[in-house]
Amino acid sequence: MEKMKLATEGDRYIVVTRRFAAAPEAVYRAHTDPKLIQKWCLGPDGWTMPVCISDARPGGKIRYEWKNGTGEGFYLTGEFVELVPFSKIVHIERMHLPDPTPDNRVETRFEPDGKGTLMTMRMTLPDAATRAAMLSTGMEHGMEASYVRMERELEK
Amino acid sequence: MNPHAQQNLDAVFLALSDPTRRAILARLARGEATVNELARPFDMTQPAISRHLSVLEEAGLITTRVEGVRRPRRLVSGGMDGVDEWLSLMRSALERNYERLDHVLATTRRAKRKDKKWKR
Repeated sequence: MEKMKLATEGDRYIVVTRRFAAAPEAVYRAHTDPKLIQKWCLGPDGWTMPVCISDARPGGKIRYEWKNGTGEGFYLTGEFVELVPFSKIVHIERMHLPDPTPDNRVETRFEPDGKGTLMTMRMTLPDAATRAAMLSTGMEHGMEASYVRMERELEK
Repeated sequence: MNPHAQQNLDAVFLALSDPTRRAILARLARGEATVNELARPFDMTQPAISRHLSVLEEAGLITTRVEGVRRPRRLVSGGMDGVDEWLSLMRSALERNYERLDHVLATTRRAKRKDKKWKR
């Protein structure tokens, strides 16, 4: 599969594109069915999503809760705005770190691409304060993953 | 990440949103240049270029060196670190997610095939 592309668009947006070896219907379901979301939307290694609410209809609620092995966690809430099976999802989301970040509007499109799917996700670039908060959370995650790898190496 | 770079992320993204400013950065990547030297290829007035330069300077991407009456601009090393760091964090988290999604999709497809076999 072709690697993911991530690009900034002007000073407000980020556009992510990625190809998948499955039909748009399957990729769309993996983005809306909570049982499937829990299997992949986990960020860095070592995190799980014990709670996943994804009420896939306009106005339907979204809630993802992540936890790592050491009892740390954060969550995301949001609402679906528009759903066009199996080609388009528009939703609003905010992270709680634990203070809520400003709303981020995310538009995800799924297009047939040969036997697979081309996914394009366009989201608002968060403001400086949000990025700083996400970065500090992410850095902890990254560091934790590094420490685990280091411990494994040391045990050898 | 140094806190100065973090505060500047908005200014950096704003600075990078303009094609002329990106071209100026590309030019400065080849070495320092004065306002006059920078204005020439862009077919812009000196004040217009100066305005672009002050946006880049406020974002911490370029700096001015004083050399007699000349004021050459040059790139600040590490000026893009804050943006790079944030984008690379975003990229690695998403890449990991989509690798897992590839696996989920492959598993679902195999399960379906098996299902069809059973029904037959």
